[in-house]
Amino acid sequence: MSAPLYITGVAETPLGEVAGENELSMVAKATREALAEAGLKRRDIDGLFVNYMGEEGSVQVAEYLGIQPRFSDSSDLGGAAFEAQVHHAMAAIQAGYCEVALIAYASRQRSRRARSLSGSAPVMGVPIMHQLEVPYGLPSPIGRYALIAARHMHQYGTTRAQLAEIAVAARLWAQKNPKAWSRDPLTIEDCLNARPISEPLHRNDICLVTDGGGACIVTTAARARDAAKKPIRILGAAESHTHWHISQMPDLTVSAAAKSGPEAFAMAGITPADVDILQPYDSFTITVLLALEDLGFCKKGEGGAFVESGALRPGGKLPSMTSGGGLSYNHPGALGLMLLIEAVRQLRGEAGERQVPDAKIGVAHGVGGLLSTAGTVILARE
Amino acid sequence: MSDRMQIDDPVLWPYWEGAQRRALLVQRCRACGHHQHYPRPFCLECDHDVLDWVETKGQGTVHSVTTVHVQLLPELKPPYQVALIDLDEGPRLVAGIDGTTCAIGDRVAVTWREREGLPPLPNFTKAAP
Repeated sequence: MSAPLYITGVAETPLGEVAGENELSMVAKATREALAEAGLKRRDIDGLFVNYMGEEGSVQVAEYLGIQPRFSDSSDLGGAAFEAQVHHAMAAIQAGYCEVALIAYASRQRSRRARSLSGSAPVMGVPIMHQLEVPYGLPSPIGRYALIAARHMHQYGTTRAQLAEIAVAARLWAQKNPKAWSRDPLTIEDCLNARPISEPLHRNDICLVTDGGGACIVTTAARARDAAKKPIRILGAAESHTHWHISQMPDLTVSAAAKSGPEAFAMAGITPADVDILQPYDSFTITVLLALEDLGFCKKGEGGAFVESGALRPGGKLPSMTSGGGLSYNHPGALGLMLLIEAVRQLRGEAGERQVPDAKIGVAHGVGGLLSTAGTVILARE
Repeated sequence: MSDRMQIDDPVLWPYWEGAQRRALLVQRCRACGHHQHYPRPFCLECDHDVLDWVETKGQGTVHSVTTVHVQLLPELKPPYQVALIDLDEGPRLVAGIDGTTCAIGDRVAVTWREREGLPPLPNFTKAAP
């Protein structure tokens, strides 16, 4: 058994539509808050883990923060990078390569108007995707998620109303979170009548485009001693990925969570039945449905019936997306770090109106790319 | 020919050269007969490193399909369909659907969408039952 590791500090960057900041200043602000929670100083950080912070991202962020890490990682696993980086940080700390790991991210994709459905310029070139997928006008990333949803509906009888229930559950949680971007009432009917984008996915099956980000400190029991807030134990973490081009995905209805989930649960020595709160990556409603099945909260093909029971809603048997998620709270292009932050806050019991009573075990499950990557982190209040 | 096609990828040249004469090509492993697409310098099935480009029958089945309602490319006016096609030879590929609306499980055959300055793009259309 490895020595226990903890998340001792978490913080969001400014959220929503952020003025007067750049990505690095946002990261710096979140890092200072997270360090204060952890009872650590900026120069205690000796391991740095970032994604989407530009070329040589960890090099840029380290310079900005004025630190020189012993261990540095800019792995790009899309939105799942941050759960994967908890996994990487555990390995690095356990190997003695660093002791205080900072995982950080910020994006101003909303303010910058940075998102485009075409994904990349439709020109011919070396990237295989530009030759074989882009010329067909398959929206990126939603078109890939739409093909996955259509196949799941065909194979298992999953309905649009069942997918809509995921968006409605997220909205019900968002209404309890003052920081959530979308808090207006939302019904299944609203979702069914919403504008189609890439069928079977309609407007409300799709996450927000907002500015945001955060910081998270992972460290040892010894360095957790001075933490101002209750350290949250990391019980298990794992990662995997299945494909990049959608034509190469081995099975459209099975995500990389089918590997990362069982591995993380095995490391934690618990089962899905022990989980009190779930923070699934809700980039699209179908992303959540596959995670529920692949992580083992229900059987393959039964995700639709599982969510239809109201399981994910406030008061449900598996409270999920408790911040309002990427669908209603905040989605800064990569959501994984926000999932860890919300899981930690729930397990500390500081989630205010949206607090799930007596939450002891939580799962943050990141998904990235074109439903390509997965990172699963299991956390516990000791 | 490669200059005219404006494709800077020698590994995919044979695919586009096939397209130029309306032939849908994929790789076939000389050792185990496995068909694969896109091309690689080794067989994903058996690791053999000699593969031939072979012409497919251009027939397959719709594995999944989405109807797109946003305009991404000037030449594609929404709504239009994009599908994953399982070729009878095995490989799965992304392609546009021409003509009648298709559903999962439909049998389809290759058609070619002409492009300015580029080789024609394989699309699929619902096959006669």
